Amino acid sequence: MVVVNTTEQKDFLTEKVLKNYSSVFDKATSDRLSLIKRERIDHPVIYVGMGTCGITAGSSKTYDAIQRYCKNHNPEAEIIRVGCIGMCSSEPLMDVQLPGKTRISFHHATEDLVEDILNSVFHRSLSTDHVLGQFKSQSQEVWPNIPFIDQLPFFAKQHRIVTRNAGIISPNRIDDYLASGGYKSLYKTVLNYTADKVCDIITQSELRGRGGGGYPTGKKWMMALGTGSDQKYLICNADESDPGAFMNRSIIEGDPHRVIEGIAIASYAIGANNAYIYLRADYAQPHTLLLKAIDDAKDYGFLGENIFGSGFNLKIHIRLGAGAFVCGEETALIASLEGKQGIPQSKPPYPAEKGLFGHPTVVNNIETLANVPSILENGPSWFKSTGIKDNRGTKIFCISGKAVTTGFAEVPIGSKLSDLVTGIGGGVRDGKKLKAVQFGGPSGVCIPTQNLDMEISYESMQEIGSSLGLGGLILLDEETCMVSLSKYFMQFLQHESCGKCIPCREGTRRMLQILDEISRRPREESSHETLERFKGVVELERLASVIKDTSLCGLGQNAPNPVISSLKWFREEYEEHIFDRKCQAGVCRDLRTFYINADLCNGCNLCQRKCPENAIIGTVKYPHFIIESKCTGCGICFDVCKFNAIYFK
Amino acid sequence: MNKEVPVHILEKYPAGKRDGLIPILMEIQDEKGFLSEEVFQEVGRYLNIPANKVYCVATFYDRFRFKPAGRYLIQMCQGTACYLSASTTYLDEFVRQLKVSPGGTSKDRRYSLEVTSCMGACDSAPVIRIDDKIYSRVTPEDLVRIIRSLKEKTD
Repeated sequence: MVVVNTTEQKDFLTEKVLKNYSSVFDKATSDRLSLIKRERIDHPVIYVGMGTCGITAGSSKTYDAIQRYCKNHNPEAEIIRVGCIGMCSSEPLMDVQLPGKTRISFHHATEDLVEDILNSVFHRSLSTDHVLGQFKSQSQEVWPNIPFIDQLPFFAKQHRIVTRNAGIISPNRIDDYLASGGYKSLYKTVLNYTADKVCDIITQSELRGRGGGGYPTGKKWMMALGTGSDQKYLICNADESDPGAFMNRSIIEGDPHRVIEGIAIASYAIGANNAYIYLRADYAQPHTLLLKAIDDAKDYGFLGENIFGSGFNLKIHIRLGAGAFVCGEETALIASLEGKQGIPQSKPPYPAEKGLFGHPTVVNNIETLANVPSILENGPSWFKSTGIKDNRGTKIFCISGKAVTTGFAEVPIGSKLSDLVTGIGGGVRDGKKLKAVQFGGPSGVCIPTQNLDMEISYESMQEIGSSLGLGGLILLDEETCMVSLSKYFMQFLQHESCGKCIPCREGTRRMLQILDEISRRPREESSHETLERFKGVVELERLASVIKDTSLCGLGQNAPNPVISSLKWFREEYEEHIFDRKCQAGVCRDLRTFYINADLCNGCNLCQRKCPENAIIGTVKYPHFIIESKCTGCGICFDVCKFNAIYFK
Repeated sequence: MNKEVPVHILEKYPAGKRDGLIPILMEIQDEKGFLSEEVFQEVGRYLNIPANKVYCVATFYDRFRFKPAGRYLIQMCQGTACYLSASTTYLDEFVRQLKVSPGGTSKDRRYSLEVTSCMGACDSAPVIRIDDKIYSRVTPEDLVRIIRSLKEKTD
């Protein structure tokens, strides 16, 4: 293990690298830098993916196993924890880099495989099992017959700006970030640009908010900058709570210093001396990483008083969100920071004029802020070269559900949806057919397969009734019941509605009731009750449009989206539930009918004894029978049968 | 001051400033496991807001608990990806085997079952958290093992 004199390295990085405006260094500096960046190494380096996804897949055990192995065989090897590179379904991921050789990555590297993998690398006799690929490098010798990581289908269509360092450098070490060019933009900004100029650069870059609305970031900053006040605030919104999205988590776990740098530049641009990160309380690991990042940045003089001698002061506070979906809305978030219920307020006044504690406040999504350092580093025209007109830059999407490869991917805005679904996500696993793509969780929409070739942009997403910022892509296979999925979203929204606007509070409840009624078991009812039930179904679309038009915030306005879109594309499925009282997918429990396979039933009598409705008849040791009219579809018989003799249709 | 309220937590935040309310409540819950009536009154007094307002804020957010949880806290993720991976069936299994209702605590106070919205680990669905341990990609066989090990635990 190389012993690094940390203070000396800190001085080197801050004096020689950070304060050098160009990226051209003299030989001694670049040699030293390539050592810190591990482009050139004199000892083996092993990287372990320790994002939340890695840890749940067992990477802590992998890490321990590597430590044990190195203690016995290779004591000089260095083991580094990195964030997730994006291929969450291949975790635990482990990379090995030998001196002079390229870095090579292994997937599903569980504890028991560590020894074999490391033996094969150290003895240079790789078997291709578990090899994911190797990283491209000009100065190092490549491994023969191993694909390059950036040519894998998962990475080929990606363009990484925000997640450039994710899974590559250690999120725990500020030196790694500095060596990769970090904090240079902050240095350049506070010493050379006025706040006006920064807002101007961001406006020119046409960066738009990556949260919900897609409002131009530069314009928002300009508005806050132009409002006179002795105190201003910047809030970084990382309260990611819509099901299916984990972009914020991935950004923080991959590269927390990029977030800190983005916040510092944004605060400088609007004249704020206090910034808040509103983080989801469930994100324990990102929280720890951010705390460490803030401490380290303070220690290096990038935060605190008089940053780089410019007279700019900044303090970053972390606040944990207490679990309310509606707090993703900026005015609700501000209310929550003030210690109140997270209820949205009507705008104007916009937070940029009157926000937190009555002072001008800018609320930016974490992904927006993480783009800022790169824009300042490379200039607005560089940023504009990615993406399409009015939609510049990249967007991170999270792919989950039934996809072959689940994880996150960063692609230029304007990419085709099919690139994400079939290219990056690899389609649906287990050889099943793709039914639809659910985009954006409860506020999002269902996109049927025939629309997969659509371009993803702010406008196209708005057109289909969603918002680009949501970012969660969930692949649905043919075993998904759209009615039940809509019901699930409605349950979520009804629970999360803050209760301020009646259309949202009562409307979502009513919609849930209607959906409940069409997916429940047929029962004896009076003609009046049947009429009422049908009236609900008929009025479902009208109710949806009223909720959309009359709610104050995004939650209410988007609440009917899942129902509207699934009704549009999968109407026949709703009709099947309503008229035939059948659920093809077999998901709606109440519509299931159970049968006993006489060939498999040995008459053990267990189901008959457990049936709460006495709907099963039969004699011991002879096949039993279910009386359909008595059966309520509870499924207890199905659960208790030890011979798989009970099935449902 | 009532001994129910840890004074050292209150002292970390300035008195009379409302923005400290949610962090204070979170810290108290982390230490005590739940928020009691005394907490609302004491915190309200400290921050100079009526106890009913404190209660009002606390009940708005999902994170706060007003009854002590059981010995083992089982949190079943019900995000979309988990929902699609049959997490409802798993939930039923917990209900049936551990005799605990969703959102409730079993009679012997051994298990509490919470249904949480997305934990942000959709890539590893379905996800179950038991106290601090997260189980990902839980298969029906895993579930049987998890439940068995919960039943066998003696502490």
